[in-house]
Amino acid sequence: MSDDEDRLRGLLTRGLEGDEAAYRAFLDALVARLRAFLRRRLTRAPDEVEDLLQEILLAVHNQRHSYDPSQPLTAWLHAIARYKLIDCLRRRARRELLHDALDDAPELLAATDGEAREARRDLAKLLQALPPRQRLPIECVKLEGLSVAEAAQRLEMSESAVKVGVHRGLKALAARIRDAS
Amino acid sequence: MRTDDLVAMLAQGAGAADRGLAARRVLIALGVALVPTLVLMQLLYGVRPTLAQDAARWMFWVKAAFVAAIALAGWAAALRLGRPGAALARLHWLLIVPLAAMWLLAAIELLRAADGGRGALLLGQTWRECPFRIAILSLPAFAGLFWAMRECAPTRLRLASAAAGLCAGGVGALAYTLHCPELAASFLGLWYVIGMLMPAAVGAWLGPRLLRW
Repeated sequence: MSDDEDRLRGLLTRGLEGDEAAYRAFLDALVARLRAFLRRRLTRAPDEVEDLLQEILLAVHNQRHSYDPSQPLTAWLHAIARYKLIDCLRRRARRELLHDALDDAPELLAATDGEAREARRDLAKLLQALPPRQRLPIECVKLEGLSVAEAAQRLEMSESAVKVGVHRGLKALAARIRDAS
Repeated sequence: MRTDDLVAMLAQGAGAADRGLAARRVLIALGVALVPTLVLMQLLYGVRPTLAQDAARWMFWVKAAFVAAIALAGWAAALRLGRPGAALARLHWLLIVPLAAMWLLAAIELLRAADGGRGALLLGQTWRECPFRIAILSLPAFAGLFWAMRECAPTRLRLASAAAGLCAGGVGALAYTLHCPELAASFLGLWYVIGMLMPAAVGAWLGPRLLRW
């Protein structure tokens, strides 16, 4: 477990310094662990696991600058996952107050096994709804894989405006997820 | 979007993280808030004409150091609480030490005062206005700090925003020392503390809405 912590911490630390392959490996390792973590805690709503997992990944990414390498990685990750889990449960409780309580019968059929399934919420659609100043930099840099300089040239924006657009856009995406569900 | 695609998107072009972002934002916010704070202070209350004489008294500087220490405690706690999973650890001493020191001074002052003089020490001449004036002068710093804290990821929203509010209260109190005639430790330990706690309480109240992420 602590080997795991060290390995993940090493990947994240290198990722924060700009090593994208290490960052990607960190996120991949995180996905598997988070999915298991959430499955154990959302046994009654297995179809929300993937949505919440994506929400937490986005939060981890948006707040990655808040990780202090002298701090245990597990504590940082757990605090983020727990915060988002509680937020999700609260929203659901509010939603269920509006509708009738769920019947018990569907739970019998709710499968918990399996592969990573599609999230019910489509992030790509939410992304489309962002204002162009944020959407275009994300599309160029994050989806097409252009460098910041290339994106700046194509969009006729300054490089810092591209970076700010990506940063604010991903934060706005997180806010839309929160408000939409 | 599949989770794998999201991971690919997040990692693509992620670049180096800007580690100092939150701390830098907070400093910018406080720096920018300084001007409106001082303008508000001059327009509403005005710098005391006798400020130069007051500045020769050691208690004037004790007062300034006291409120600056409270602002510092709030600032440090807000930044620490802005990191998910970071413990406050020994930071609470930053708040306890100046408070205890001021209350100790107040106790000595009250013990040494003549029987009829204690009320005057505690109430001064301005106890009715003092806390509200401090709270009003804390508004620019309050707004700036909450703007800056949006780059943070506090998981204990009430505590983090109370800390930011306390910092704003300390900044407001520091500006108010330019006007305020009161120098009794008993007065400062009571009314100044109430004044600085007001923005902290407002922060704790609004925090869950302002700082959600």
